[in-house]
Amino acid sequence: MNNCTRTLITHSLSPSLLKSSLTGGLLSIIIALSTPLPALSQETIKIVSSLPRTGSANAQSTSIVNGLQLALDEVENKVGNFRISLMDWDDASPERGQWDPAIEAANAERAIADAQVMIYVGPYNSGAAKISLPKLNQAGLATISGFATWPGLTKPGVGEANEPAVYQPSGKKNLFRVIPADDIQGAVAAKWASELKAKRVFVLHDRELYGKGIAEMFRKSAKDLQIEIVGFEGIDAKAANYKSLVTKIRQHKPDLVYFGGTTQTNGGQILKDLRTGGVAVPMMVPDGCFENAFILAAGKGNVEGSTYFTFGGVPPQSLTGKGAQFVANYRKRHGSDPEAYAVYGYEVGRVAIDAIRRAGVADRDAIRKAIAETKDFDGVLGKWSFDQNGDTTLRIMSGNTVVNGEFKFDRLLEG
Amino acid sequence: MTDSEVLLQQLITGLSNGMIIALIALGYTMVYGIVELINFAHGDLFMIGAFFALTLVTMLGITPEQVTAMQIVLLFTLVPIFCGGVNWLIDRLAYRHLRRAPRLVPLVSSIGVSFVLMNIGLWWGGTKLVGEGSAQAAASPKDFPALIPYQEVFNFGSVAVTSKDLLVILVTIPLMVLLTVVIKYSRSGNAMRAIAQDPVAARLMGVDVDFVIGRTFMLGGALAGVASVMYSLYNNTIHFQSGFRAGIDAFAAAILGGIGNLPGAVLGGIVIGLVRAMSDQYIATSWTNAVVFAVLIIVLVFRPSGLLGRRVKERV
Repeated sequence: MNNCTRTLITHSLSPSLLKSSLTGGLLSIIIALSTPLPALSQETIKIVSSLPRTGSANAQSTSIVNGLQLALDEVENKVGNFRISLMDWDDASPERGQWDPAIEAANAERAIADAQVMIYVGPYNSGAAKISLPKLNQAGLATISGFATWPGLTKPGVGEANEPAVYQPSGKKNLFRVIPADDIQGAVAAKWASELKAKRVFVLHDRELYGKGIAEMFRKSAKDLQIEIVGFEGIDAKAANYKSLVTKIRQHKPDLVYFGGTTQTNGGQILKDLRTGGVAVPMMVPDGCFENAFILAAGKGNVEGSTYFTFGGVPPQSLTGKGAQFVANYRKRHGSDPEAYAVYGYEVGRVAIDAIRRAGVADRDAIRKAIAETKDFDGVLGKWSFDQNGDTTLRIMSGNTVVNGEFKFDRLLEG
Repeated sequence: MTDSEVLLQQLITGLSNGMIIALIALGYTMVYGIVELINFAHGDLFMIGAFFALTLVTMLGITPEQVTAMQIVLLFTLVPIFCGGVNWLIDRLAYRHLRRAPRLVPLVSSIGVSFVLMNIGLWWGGTKLVGEGSAQAAASPKDFPALIPYQEVFNFGSVAVTSKDLLVILVTIPLMVLLTVVIKYSRSGNAMRAIAQDPVAARLMGVDVDFVIGRTFMLGGALAGVASVMYSLYNNTIHFQSGFRAGIDAFAAAILGGIGNLPGAVLGGIVIGLVRAMSDQYIATSWTNAVVFAVLIIVLVFRPSGLLGRRVKERV
């Protein structure tokens, strides 16, 4: 409490003053209360996470938030003079069972309006990112994602023609990703397919941004590897079954089926119908299916052994060094294994703390710049930097299968 | 597979899928026939039935390894009773008070019921009653155990008719015949048709209108129950939103066949199942929904009251 305030309060409460001039006394109380008390309140920096907390992606989101919080706990929610507070927001609705465009947009606006929010974490889905990014960029709010992997969000020339300029109306880059994007995942999937000696591949996708994008990347890379693409089709994610589609697939005699999509867009049902429709070939899926919910939806027996999951990083069980330490801490703290993305939540948290420390001020643009300048970061996944697009320089991914009803790391894939 | 084998296989798939749609469509059309209400909650009732079936399977510990015919029969009995009861209750609570209200009022009310049921499904999917690990993933699709094993019963070349296709046909056709007989020849069927023609006159003749309408809802619900067991056994996946898509398809089937007309609903369902299969095969899966509704529009342009609908006011 500084001297001036103290005098005002003592003054205003002195009985003689109250007696002599009641109005004057009240006035000074009001002045006293409206003066900030700097020594008592540390300045707060808020980090907002906007992730699907309703629906089947929630298990994944919970794990991410836990990872994020673990990073903040390590510094006891304090960086320099700042108190860091994590706001855990939901961007999903029960009606959709997954992210909801209206809610994601509202979250972004709410975060922008709150002057204490310095960093926006998320979203989980690339489709959601498309909606909130232009708003966040306009407001100059730094966004760090370890989950939305559509390449066009940051990289020019791989997505739509107007990408990523359409997400950067302010002309500055504000999205930073600690996970490799899908163009690399599509490429490593094709590489894995060729390692598995696939010659003819039927490619399916769910007609969503993520699924279709990754399927197209797969197709492109597979052709370069002399794999024949015998079919390329978008499915109806809400159909009851895919029996007629499977008959069509069977006609083309593929030796591998690739599905660009997620658990929520019915990947499990496709697998089931392939198995009962006389197509006994392996199926390869991207990280949108790399979650326990997929095993439950498809049925353990169908997934076992013959389903290949690529994942844009290394699964928790196969992490080494700092990563292994994170997994151990996570287990100790939460009594359960982290889901695949938890480590990225943790990494996002560490990058945020590092950037706030280097920036040293609660200023959106300064913090955004500090994040962009992250270089040779000693992360849980190895040493990396953000490149000129805001993507991690890491290009290591993993291939996984299911053994005894659980995901098992199969091999490292480098893009 | 030769081209003709592919066509035959698609016809079988389309027929099986179509018959399941037809069963749901029957519930729509019966209720419409008698109270002129498009009951949008019907698809979601079907979904609730599927969750009830999965809960029964979990509670009774029925597994694909040691399933008996009796247990399947039990599912086909208990689930329709449950769905019939729920549908009766929905009518009693949500629609009965609105009998004399303008027609849009119960329609909007049924959309409300649909949302309530959908959220019950979401909640149900998160309970321990529907299989392990489900509590974490309420909204994700749930695996329904393959109680009817996938087995080729007979085949022509590489075209297979499986145990599942056979189940659909063996359950649906007798059920439809039975339903027709009940409506055409039984006393309660007569009462239903009388109300469909003129509720006031029926009441004057001593028909207990509310009782008969309640029973119609019960019957329609029971059909949705049969459909939900069949759907679960056929597709082996249930989801809290599956009622929405099934409902849209069935609604389209009811309109296509001529709403209020029972054989029309069956025909409509089968046509939609076949169109879906043909479109998946010969056009592209991504166009299938558009193709189905294009067919619906074309039919309605030439036959505004549906394939079997008549302009005369005779329904049910």
